[in-house]
Amino acid sequence: MLDRRLALHPRVALRPEPFGALAYHYDTRKLVFLKHPDVVRVVRALAEHDTLAATLRACDIDERRWPSFEAALTSLYESELLHDRDREPVAG
Amino acid sequence: MTGTANPSLVERLKSGLDAPICLTWELTYACNLACVHCLSSSGRRDPRELSTAEAKAVLDELHDLQVFYINIGGGEPMIRRDFFELVEHAIGRGIGVKFSTNGAFIDAARARRLAAMEYLDIQISLDGTDAVTNDAVRGDGAYATAIRAMDHLRAAGFGEFKVSVVVTRHNVDQLDEFKALADSYGAQLRITRLRPSGRGADSWHDLHPTNAQQRQIYEWLLAHGRDVLTGDSFFHLNALGEEPLPGLNMCGAGRVVCLIDPIGDVYACPFVIHDEFKAGSVRDAGGFSNVWKRSELFVELRQPQSAGACASCGSYDACQGGCMAAKFFTGIPLDGPDPECVSGHGELAMLAATAAAPRPMMDHSAPRPADRVPVTIGPRP
Repeated sequence: MLDRRLALHPRVALRPEPFGALAYHYDTRKLVFLKHPDVVRVVRALAEHDTLAATLRACDIDERRWPSFEAALTSLYESELLHDRDREPVAG
Repeated sequence: MTGTANPSLVERLKSGLDAPICLTWELTYACNLACVHCLSSSGRRDPRELSTAEAKAVLDELHDLQVFYINIGGGEPMIRRDFFELVEHAIGRGIGVKFSTNGAFIDAARARRLAAMEYLDIQISLDGTDAVTNDAVRGDGAYATAIRAMDHLRAAGFGEFKVSVVVTRHNVDQLDEFKALADSYGAQLRITRLRPSGRGADSWHDLHPTNAQQRQIYEWLLAHGRDVLTGDSFFHLNALGEEPLPGLNMCGAGRVVCLIDPIGDVYACPFVIHDEFKAGSVRDAGGFSNVWKRSELFVELRQPQSAGACASCGSYDACQGGCMAAKFFTGIPLDGPDPECVSGHGELAMLAATAAAPRPMMDHSAPRPADRVPVTIGPRP
């Protein structure tokens, strides 16, 4: 997971909330709670960095917290809120 | 929402969100039916109904608040001449729409138009799997009307719509049949709890499930709950066992849920159309957003609530004291037990209620034939 080039799915909207954010997938109509502001920060920054590991580093997330971020983002990936950037069609 | 939420998330949700997750908007009080349990006592259109321009302005505001989807109801929302215009405006602004209808206005052409729209859900109301059971509650011909609408949706290739059932004493034995009926249309079943709201205040005592039937619902939901929608409305049944029902075990009124009524008044939930639970109006300065964020009522509902008479009961964590609307319209204090408390405390509380239960407000029921006064129309003098 740490090596993956991830991004927020283009059909997902994030709504900031006091506890973090609500994520809503317009295709699957799934509503997911992002339960920590740091997770929201990382998710928003994914597209600007090469890999998840690079994103975590850029967001100043302490390495001891990486396993819990990896777990949280894996679950978002499995809910299709995140996707692999390399599979995006090339804009032309 | 699926799955069982963790307790800390529920605690956070109780203190409120920046905008509702689940917003119901009753577009009109006008209705072609007169269901005996109608939560909004619908029938006649209210002359103060929001105009098309006002309704669109509210949708624009909901877009700015990032409300992802709304539940449209009524009355019968398709009676509004601008129904499609408003739905298309919402979808165009990225707000998904799920609307509830009795199906009377879904013909072949409208079914095709609905099927062509993206990001739209339809919920057909049905309260019996046969005409006798259904029409006793929803009126003569209502069963045939709903089935015809479902046939049109299927023929138009709409895909998965919803069949929405209010569970009563008389249809509780049909849960398996409802599921089979929905499955046969490729539809999803939604079952919700009957509340003593609107005209339901008068029919609830005869229609609400018996104690034995409540256990039947709980067990049915444990077996099928992940395949059916419930609006998380049966959480008071969690006191029946160790295993909680799927969904958020909490009352969302004013915290994650609210109602906008046809004239723009904002209530804590669809089941409490009464001044006591009116937070403001979308017509007030500051609009909906100000009502949601700052109204005295909603701020109060987001404070920790007292368990009151239920504090000493071992089941309080499981049932959360039940439904605010059900208590209010049966005369039970809001920190008392739910009238359908599975331990029987609600029946005692109803007997102990000293004052008469508050009457629902905003009655738009059409006059019954017996109330109509014959008028002779003749030439002008």
